[in-house]
Amino acid sequence: MAKTISVTLKVWRQKDAHAPGRLVTYQMNNIDIDMSFLEMLDIVNQGLELKGEDPIAFDHDCREGICGSCGSVVNGHAHGPEAETTLCQLHMRRFKNGDVIVIEPWRAEAFPVIKDLVVDRSAFDRIIAAGGFISVRTGSAPEAHSVPVPKENADLAMDAAQCIGCGACVAACPNASAMLFVSAKVSQFALLPQGQPERRSRVLKMVTQMDNEGFGNCSNHYECEAACPKGISVSNIARMNRDYLCAGLTSA
Amino acid sequence: MSLDANVPSGPMSEKWSRHQFEMKLVNPANKRKFTVIVVGTGLAGASASASLSELGYKVKTFCFQDSPRRAHSIAAQGGINAAKGYQNDGDSVRRLFYDTIKGGDFRSREANVYRLAELSVNIIDQCVAQGVPFAREYSGLLDNRSFGGAQVSRTFYARGQTGQQLLLGAYSALMKEVTNKGVELYPRREMLDLVVINGKARGIICRNLLTGKLERHVADAVVLATGGYANVFYLSTNAKGCNVTASWRAHKRGAYFANPCYTQIHPTCIPVHGDYQSKLTLMSESLRNDGRIWVPKKKGDVRPPNEIPEEERDYYLERKYPAFGNLVPRDVASRNAKEVCDSGRGVGSTGMAVYLDFRDSIKRVGKAVIEEKYGNLFQMYDKIVDQNPYERPMMIFPAVHYAMGGLWVDYNLMSNLPGLHVLGEANFSDHGANRLGASALMQGLADGYFVIPYTIGHYLASTKLETVGAAHPEFAAAEAQAAEMTNKLLNIKGKRTVDDFHRELGLLLWNKCGMARNDKGLKEALRQIPAIREEFWENVTVTGGAETLNQNLERAGRVADFLEFAETLVYDALKRTESCGGHFREESQTPEGEALRDDKNFCHVAAWEFKGAGKKPTLHKEPLEFEEVHLAQRSYK
Ligand SMILES: Cc1cc2nc3c(=O)[nH]c(=O)nc-3n(C[C@H](O)[C@H](O)[C@H](O)COP(=O)(O)OP(=O)(O)OC[C@H]3O[C@@H](n4cnc5c(N)ncnc54)[C@H](O)[C@@H]3O)c2cc1C
Ligand code: FES
Repeated sequence: MAKTISVTLKVWRQKDAHAPGRLVTYQMNNIDIDMSFLEMLDIVNQGLELKGEDPIAFDHDCREGICGSCGSVVNGHAHGPEAETTLCQLHMRRFKNGDVIVIEPWRAEAFPVIKDLVVDRSAFDRIIAAGGFISVRTGSAPEAHSVPVPKENADLAMDAAQCIGCGACVAACPNASAMLFVSAKVSQFALLPQGQPERRSRVLKMVTQMDNEGFGNCSNHYECEAACPKGISVSNIARMNRDYLCAGLTSA
Repeated sequence: MSLDANVPSGPMSEKWSRHQFEMKLVNPANKRKFTVIVVGTGLAGASASASLSELGYKVKTFCFQDSPRRAHSIAAQGGINAAKGYQNDGDSVRRLFYDTIKGGDFRSREANVYRLAELSVNIIDQCVAQGVPFAREYSGLLDNRSFGGAQVSRTFYARGQTGQQLLLGAYSALMKEVTNKGVELYPRREMLDLVVINGKARGIICRNLLTGKLERHVADAVVLATGGYANVFYLSTNAKGCNVTASWRAHKRGAYFANPCYTQIHPTCIPVHGDYQSKLTLMSESLRNDGRIWVPKKKGDVRPPNEIPEEERDYYLERKYPAFGNLVPRDVASRNAKEVCDSGRGVGSTGMAVYLDFRDSIKRVGKAVIEEKYGNLFQMYDKIVDQNPYERPMMIFPAVHYAMGGLWVDYNLMSNLPGLHVLGEANFSDHGANRLGASALMQGLADGYFVIPYTIGHYLASTKLETVGAAHPEFAAAEAQAAEMTNKLLNIKGKRTVDDFHRELGLLLWNKCGMARNDKGLKEALRQIPAIREEFWENVTVTGGAETLNQNLERAGRVADFLEFAETLVYDALKRTESCGGHFREESQTPEGEALRDDKNFCHVAAWEFKGAGKKPTLHKEPLEFEEVHLAQRSYK
């Protein structure tokens, strides 16, 4: 027999961007502990649909912790209580019978709520559009082995590149800063030879866009690193700050 | 009627270069006068959008996620094939071509596959230049691993996140073009119809998922890169949003659907564990490089795996297929897993699982090496199953994974509907009846970066396109039809949820049209599907309104399409009475239980023409001719 628990959910419900929101309580019994958190929400929603009520809106797609669609603040933690775990990978076995679980959307000025747990994260796309790329045209690339990349650098670049763009770093930061997200992309390219020609202009443009989007400053709380489901390190922020300083000096 | 694939003449290895030269060009100043719609931002759609915009076309790009970076390609794990030959192990364009044709059980079009193998090498160059952090050796040069169906090491990878890194590369190129004002991006849009005017694809109707508003978008050509339909089975390794809607609605407007019965069941997935389950999780094929698959020799052996001694284990793939061992192609590995479980030797609480064991490789190379290669996969397994795979073998079972079938396209990746081009998993072209691991990423990027930029130019330069606007009656009619469907769904107010219907359909397909299929079961499915569909339209509940974010409505529309599409899939499976690749008809097998083709009657692509929901589709055949490879019974022994 599968082990089950009962939990009380308090879920942020908000009809649209302009309506006021509030926490609504749902009592959930006989939840199989092998169920994922989102599967538990599916069950809540099926119950609501059968009653003709609007189900809880939440973003999700891969349910494997890689697309970065999902994410809510669960009992005060972005993506819930388990380290290096997206909400879709969190399982109900991490909760106890009788727990009260408060589920809220990411809160940040730059991520306005659209409905219930769904927020607008398009600011991240605009930051990438500002400079988060290497300007190579299709077809113009040299043979891949013409430029070897030291393995340590390739590995560090990969560590940074693992960011899934979910926005947990912003949600966890007391200043709603996007430094971890931006620095991960800046670092990935800064560590690779292919990223060098645009290294300076890239960091300047991305940081400018980040500021324009209304993200806050970094004041070294490191909550972002703790919340990051991919374990992206704050050392990327230090690298970005160095690059930003250098770039600022040379372009001034 | 026989379909013409427009394969260029000349020797195989010169077809593409000759064709490139012979195709018409659009001069640079004229390119910006053409608008191209690209639906989809996975590897195929993102690479196509970026490349077309770089050439100067005006591109409008759509996806249903909130960001193009979240397309399902992001989830691909294991790697991407390319015939670089860096390992000095005998690889070549010709070998990759041959492996792909053979892996597909001789049911793909030779010329397309040859081109794919040729272009594979450019993909790696392109991605490296974009900053994709592929795995490297201490020399600083690129590392490779092996995948199923190949005896060489030609798979490039970025840990267990290859799809993520390739997609982020293509996404960054796409966003660069957004900044350059070549691409207009439309995220959170669902394409609901294709607009065909005077026989040519001229635009789409889509729903803005945030406001619910229907939008009309006009173009000179439409590119669909909307991914595969594996979610028709409900439980699959695909992301939850993957759907057949865009392809199906294009099909209803006249595009032929090819080989829908070719679905891939992946051998190494985490087994099903409860009826609340919403999806299945893949454990990458790359694990078969170092993991050994086995079951106990004795039926009903319930001892913990580590207590079962070596001589009482049956490493059945190594035993039956000594040449390829654990790296046989997916269809073969899946069928064998089913067979041992059906014979009562499966493991785990349901008996529907086999072991994938890393004990020997951890002993050989150490835990650190295994962790570096597969760390994220092991962690994912641990999170879901709550067991540590470094200490205890993984339990795995086959699951629906990929759609080889898709909209029919010719050599130029254009469907039978002029102006409608189809790329990536959404088309049918390159993988025959079984796709080899690490070849989908290759195909998506070849289509998007290197094929469509040429072939679409040829179409635009050689076609007379009249001026049409969004006020054209065909746009109005298509929009009205989409609105009517939404209204209908919202007004049924029945007693069963959308997911409930989807599960019922999925289970039926898995049982009757899954890893093994037979005449009786397929006919039974053809009786049941229309009944489920009818009940859906009378008894489904879809809450909320039309003009707002309504995820319930989004799912309902997709399931409605799956309920129509499923019938065509099963019908195709019924009519193809041979076995080939992933399509295994129990009536057609060799004495050893391998898939037995019937080349006399089925050496063709089956492309279906829509005749109305619930009506039998009309078959069009594209004969498959093999000039380069000799048709043979596949053997991996
Ligand atoms: C778990 C997993 C692991 C895999 N690993 C590998 C691997 O290691 N190697 C390999 O080669 N292959 C692998 N594959 C297969 C491979 O990932 C896919 O076949 C490939 O990524 C498909 O790319 P695509 O661009 O065709 O479509 P997708 O990436 O599926 O993108 C589809 C796009 O279309 C959009 N779309 C869909 N429908 C609509 C609509 N109606 N309206 C608007 N937009 C729409 C979506 O928003 C999305 O942007 C894996 C697949 C899975 C499931
Ligand atoms: S749903 Fe993709 S990361 Fe959670």
